[in-house]
Amino acid sequence: MIRSGPGYAAAGFVLLFIFGPLIMVFVKAGGGVLPGPGDWAAIRFSITQATLSALFSTVLAIPVARALARRQFRGRGVLITLLGAPFILPVIVAVLGLLAVFGRSGALNSLLIWIGVPPVQIYGLHGVVLAHVFFNLPLATRILLQAWQQIPAERFRLAASLNLSAGQIARQLEFPMLRAAAPGAFVVIFALCLSSFTVALTLGGGPKATTVELAIYQAFRFDFDLGRAAMLAVIQTLLVGIVALFALKYSHGEGFGAGLDRVVTRWDAQSTLLRLNDALILIFAALFLLLPLTMVVINGIAGWSRMPAQVYSALWVSVTIALLSTALTLALALPLALTALRRGWIEVIGLFGIVSSPLVLGTGLFLIVHPFADPARLAFAVTGLVNALMALPFTLRVLIPSLRASEQNYGRLADSLGLTGWTRLRLLLLPRARRALGFAAGLTAAMSMGDLGVITLFADPSHATLPLQMYRLMGAFRMEAAAGAGLVLLMSSLGLFWILDKGGRGDVDA
Amino acid sequence: MLTLELVRIVQDDFSLAVDFTLEQGRILALIGPSGAGKSTLLNVIAGFFPPQSGRVMWQGRDITGQVPGQRPIAMLFQDNNLFPHLSALQNVSLGLRPDLKLDQAERDQVQDALRRVGLAGLGDRKPGNLSGGQQSRVALARILVQRRPLVLLDEPFAALGPALKRDMLRLVRDVMADIGGTLIMVSHDPDDARMIADLTAVVADGTVSTPQPTKDLFETPSAALRAYLGD
Repeated sequence: MIRSGPGYAAAGFVLLFIFGPLIMVFVKAGGGVLPGPGDWAAIRFSITQATLSALFSTVLAIPVARALARRQFRGRGVLITLLGAPFILPVIVAVLGLLAVFGRSGALNSLLIWIGVPPVQIYGLHGVVLAHVFFNLPLATRILLQAWQQIPAERFRLAASLNLSAGQIARQLEFPMLRAAAPGAFVVIFALCLSSFTVALTLGGGPKATTVELAIYQAFRFDFDLGRAAMLAVIQTLLVGIVALFALKYSHGEGFGAGLDRVVTRWDAQSTLLRLNDALILIFAALFLLLPLTMVVINGIAGWSRMPAQVYSALWVSVTIALLSTALTLALALPLALTALRRGWIEVIGLFGIVSSPLVLGTGLFLIVHPFADPARLAFAVTGLVNALMALPFTLRVLIPSLRASEQNYGRLADSLGLTGWTRLRLLLLPRARRALGFAAGLTAAMSMGDLGVITLFADPSHATLPLQMYRLMGAFRMEAAAGAGLVLLMSSLGLFWILDKGGRGDVDA
Repeated sequence: MLTLELVRIVQDDFSLAVDFTLEQGRILALIGPSGAGKSTLLNVIAGFFPPQSGRVMWQGRDITGQVPGQRPIAMLFQDNNLFPHLSALQNVSLGLRPDLKLDQAERDQVQDALRRVGLAGLGDRKPGNLSGGQQSRVALARILVQRRPLVLLDEPFAALGPALKRDMLRLVRDVMADIGGTLIMVSHDPDDARMIADLTAVVADGTVSTPQPTKDLFETPSAALRAYLGD
């Protein structure tokens, strides 16, 4: 029907560019550097912050998801859409927004000083955890909301006819669901936070708040100690790889899930007290998510005129990298997904991107390139490549179910009409996967646009992507210019997502 | 001529034995309780499901090993008979050229088929903008241009109301007369068989009865048919 050759070629490409650098890292680390006390501290900090971040995100998501599951109100759809935004929100922009609210001279501290309470400090462990909760509370909420909606409406109807109270329903219906769903959310978020780089770079740092990913960067940037960087990369790969494979078992592409717009009628939750309770929870959650973003926009407009010209050249660099890595991701994902329809194991190869962290891949590629050429000259190419590999797992998780549905619903009809090979792709699979392709492309472009990772290892001072340019402005305490750049980055990331996703929706009226 | 030679179909704990011959140009109705294997039998003939043993022959040639698209067969399923992202015109055109690259004569043929089923002027509509009956007509127009000598219907009109279903069956009869082909249709409604099928076979209890003239079959029903009809 559809040949497997291109799928195998794509799988070979992915294996080469994920395991090539990894092998290089292992070879280099074989030099015999053992982890020092600083390295152990980094491992401990990585695990501590990831545990706390996952715990807070999951626990706080429970009341938010419950309120969303049992309340119908104006703006509910918008709020749920907003919960999907962190996927495409550049981390560095969010950090800037969080600094504007919780930072030294942020809105919260101004309020605290006015009341007469000592100001809070955002840098360090709690800052890192705060930023991770900002990103992952929405994800946890979506995962749990989905689980909530999998409780059949008939159960709640039966409970109502038996006159069970809200507390009894929680015990009978909701706790068992949470026991099954919450650990999954916890593990997924733990895995995401474990390899956190940008948040640790901007809000952590210092011996007490360095993640392994950040330690790799420091070994590179400050000491140029390739042996130590390689040793840390091995540790990071083992750590993230094990947890990611574990998390993969629990994740089912949540957060992308459709059908979150259903509300089950809940006769048990009609009391004024419970209504007030849910309303307050949703208002707090919305404020927590919206205030930092609002600050980015307000400060960005104020700082617009302060932006140096480099911001604009960096913008074009970033847009170009984002579009190229999107094209590469789709060129890899499509053949992989088509082959995965018949040979499921091939999807696993595409998911390998998860077990490797961007900085580890970057380290490996640096080690490979270093003897032959100046890595700085390849900074943009490597960034695009790594971004494409990192986005591949998400793209496959969106694309494969869509292709599978087409085959399930229309495969027999296509067979009976003799639609094979390229014709089948052109007339059946691609048109029906258009939505998924557009969404995946938008996701990839936005993630690549906002990525601040591997570029930090390679770039020389005269070149930068937009997130790196923004980070440099923050580092030089040019906060107004950074705010302007943040707004540009926010608009371009969301814009790229919007255009590509919209393109996928097109005139599909079926 | 279609011959099913000692065909045995096995799926989990379900099995069905089939052995009959059907002459060119006949209309055969398969009736019987749900779960008896009527649809599975069609899927075996169409090549979507391999029989455990036996041969499917067309005009004396063994087609058991052919893929569905190569067989001289056109089939309508219970649902999903049209691609929702393609227009009615394109859906019909697929019956002529799977790559949709039609020449002028073929385009005329498609327009003519749409006219024949009463859909002149609606070719640009997508299935979502057509009624259930109109969607069935598009699928029949495709059967018309496909001109395959054997047509299989797996209850494609089950979701239509009684009057509309009768219209469709009459249209099917006209289309088949035009093509001069053989038709096998699955139904759980004896009236469908009485209306257009000259032969009927009962699928029940793991076997398919020898096709008999529909009139005779209902006048002197077998035990299996009586059990199915409930009288």
